Amino acid sequence: MGLLSLFRSKPNSASIAKERLRIIVAQERGGRGGPDYLPLLRRELLQVIHKYVNVDPEAVQINLEREAGHEVLELSVALPQKPPG
Amino acid sequence: MTEIIVVTSGKGGVGKTTTSASMACGLARRGKRVAVIDFDIGLRNLDLIMGCERRVVYDFVNVINGDCTLKQALIKDKRLETLHVLAASQTRDKDALTEDGVRRVLDELIADAFDYIICDSPAGIEKGAHLAMYFADRAVVVVNPEISSVRDSDRILGLLASKTHRSANGNGGVKEHLLLTRYNPRRVANGEMLSVEDVKEILGLDVIGVVPESPDVLAASNAGVPVILSDTSDAAAAYQDAVARLLGEELPLRFLDEPKRGFFARMFGG
Repeated sequence: MGLLSLFRSKPNSASIAKERLRIIVAQERGGRGGPDYLPLLRRELLQVIHKYVNVDPEAVQINLEREAGHEVLELSVALPQKPPG
Repeated sequence: MTEIIVVTSGKGGVGKTTTSASMACGLARRGKRVAVIDFDIGLRNLDLIMGCERRVVYDFVNVINGDCTLKQALIKDKRLETLHVLAASQTRDKDALTEDGVRRVLDELIADAFDYIICDSPAGIEKGAHLAMYFADRAVVVVNPEISSVRDSDRILGLLASKTHRSANGNGGVKEHLLLTRYNPRRVANGEMLSVEDVKEILGLDVIGVVPESPDVLAASNAGVPVILSDTSDAAAAYQDAVARLLGEELPLRFLDEPKRGFFARMFGG
């Protein structure tokens, strides 16, 4: 640390990078090993839901859970809040 | 027993070819018979880094197509007797490499009792990258301490675990190692760059080498001499360590700390 760097207060960008990577890597690993149709299924479901409700793309979560002997496809849609009044 | 090692990364420009050339030289220096193959069809570059670009007569695709024998296409290194280079073709035909063709070339090298075959993968996850990793026993995943490189490396790790001959045939999978390049200890100390520990933790793999950022790497490629042969360089020492670890030696990582700087540099340096 030089004297000059004492006057500069920078956020620690490495820790920001690490946190972002931790999240995205975990998310991408989660989708791995699942069937190849999962992303397409997600997109088409989103289109169908969109016909009726205006949801955010991130509000639709699809997870494939493996349990002993069977797999569960879990779909969760967070509906937007109704505007007040 | 021949070991096939893929040097891969996903992202371009992180040092795959530099690493392939240096690892191949390092292994040959220890007396191993090594063939290093450029899988970047259409964008031949390993020949330049190895300094043999003017001696390329036949290439990888010529061998696959039967235009020449493998012996005719293998370029013997002028510095190290046991080192051979197989150049990439410059064809624009994306289908020039086939799984069967690659398998035949590798089988011939195995029959010829090479100790190591280093496959220098192209960037990306297309056919060339797929075939470079497909027959590998081991993978050296080259990664820069930088966010997009780390993410791409993770993607490559996913492919190594699912789209290789070993993974498909249940042969215990490909053994994976990380090799960090362009490491800048000062920036790590300042919190501006991911540390070795950070990358290791995110990707969950052992680290086979950390190559510090060094002007010697560019100087070496300018000269066509793999950087591992620049004996006074930290980058060379780091690659030599990585080769030793590849051969099973246990060495502590070096060059992880800031080099000591003089008083003035410390007071006024940025």
